[in-house]
Amino acid sequence: MTQDAAASLTQGQSPDGAAEAIHIENLHKRFGQLEVLKGVSLSARDGDVVAIIGGSGSGKSTLLRCINCLENPTSGLIRVNGEEIRLKADSHGHTRPADRRQIERIRSRLGMVFQSFNLWSHMTLLENVIEVPIHVLGVRREEAIETAERLLARVGLAEKRDVYPAFMSGGQQQRGAIARALAIDPRVMLFDEPTSALDPELVGEVLKVIGDLAQEGRTMILVTHEMKFARNVATHVVYLYNGLVEEEGPPEQLFGDPKSERLKQFLSNTH
Amino acid sequence: MRGSGAQNPKRGSAEHDGDRHIEALIHLAQASAFDLLALSPPGWGGNLLRGLMNSVLIAVGAFSIGILIGIGGAFGKLYGGPVTRDLLELYTTLVRAIPELVLILLLYFAGTDLINRLLEALGYQRIDINGLVAGICVLGIVQGAYSTEVIRGAILAIPQGQIEAARAYGMSPGLMLRRITLPAMLPFAIPGLANLWLIATKDTALLAIVGFNELTQETRTAASTTKAYFTFFLAAGALYLLLTLFSNVIIARVERWARRGMYMETH
Repeated sequence: MTQDAAASLTQGQSPDGAAEAIHIENLHKRFGQLEVLKGVSLSARDGDVVAIIGGSGSGKSTLLRCINCLENPTSGLIRVNGEEIRLKADSHGHTRPADRRQIERIRSRLGMVFQSFNLWSHMTLLENVIEVPIHVLGVRREEAIETAERLLARVGLAEKRDVYPAFMSGGQQQRGAIARALAIDPRVMLFDEPTSALDPELVGEVLKVIGDLAQEGRTMILVTHEMKFARNVATHVVYLYNGLVEEEGPPEQLFGDPKSERLKQFLSNTH
Repeated sequence: MRGSGAQNPKRGSAEHDGDRHIEALIHLAQASAFDLLALSPPGWGGNLLRGLMNSVLIAVGAFSIGILIGIGGAFGKLYGGPVTRDLLELYTTLVRAIPELVLILLLYFAGTDLINRLLEALGYQRIDINGLVAGICVLGIVQGAYSTEVIRGAILAIPQGQIEAARAYGMSPGLMLRRITLPAMLPFAIPGLANLWLIATKDTALLAIVGFNELTQETRTAASTTKAYFTFFLAAGALYLLLTLFSNVIIARVERWARRGMYMETH
């Protein structure tokens, strides 16, 4: 059943004919002796919100980090916007991107939001948001600032533009990090457990921003522990177990009528 | 009584004479301390200041070269191949193991000789290597070994997530170095680099051994010529102290700037 689901996704058919943004096929990732991903396939079309759920150690973060080669997959195929990431094996037998410029170009259109925010501490919030547009994408400074101010207003941080990240709350930093991701006009946004490092009272403000983005049709892939949130915003949910896709489908189906015993147990534990 | 009376004034005058002599000497010493330190000849103050200038010049040059070597060395040690890493390990170990004085003699004499032999072998004329340039290079190589370790430690102190974010947004290695790694490591490197700067200002004194006219050498010349050792070495000490105090002001400013994004609990 997993195979069938993967196969139907691989064909990249879509009722509304939306283009395929991310396509992953038979992805393996090994850290030394430990095989974290054992052949995962995943696909996201424009406008999709794919939520990846799973227990600790299931490989969900690794899967997300393979999309922009923050982790180099051991084997498998990754296509971003129809462009396949060329991989090669180095002298130690590790796989790495064959073409540095290609991977840099692909990365510069994937807006990544991290669990621990990772804003650059020596830059003000505004400087963080304009950094990549100016220095990687070659946008004019005034234009970048204009965009950044609009985005900061959008995530409710207009008055924090000249504040350094260390002087902001976790929720503010994460909303700032989302503005940084939006500033590159990303083709796909990648969220790696964006609320896991936040105090409970700050989770809501970040989820609201992400939810709004989903609402307006941003393509995103979201690794999350927030089941209720995943159920509300996702168009497609993937449950990973032990490095494999255990079950996937629309949220109503996965959360409402899970087939897999493991998923049932996982959901009862997290609720 | 008389005899003694006649003797007394004589003895008194001799004592008085002696007092006057010492007084005159002190007077001479006091007067001449200022005369000796006068900026224009026959005063030696100008020479001392020129020496200080040379010392500062060497220190700035050596420190700058040291930082450049340090940045390259730190990156080589952290991200280089096994050969690069081994070579850098050899460099930092040797330079930090050998006394600086020995290194200076070795690099200065053997180094200039080597360059000249090389030039001759290639069919060029021997050149007279400028003492200033040689001094800067020698101290720069010494400083570079220490800088390498200071900067390596500072880079390791950067929260990894910030480097990862730079990678995730498609920064090239060069851009990441310039925009993220170097500014982010600076707050962690400044205490160590400040130490190295202060050491550089004083290591210039070691170049006196190869006859370079920096502050200590000028002081020695002035002192041995005038025999006013105390005056001149005290003056030289005061100049080194002033240089350090001035450096501290600058370092504090740079550190405040580098730490602008760091949150510190204030009590």
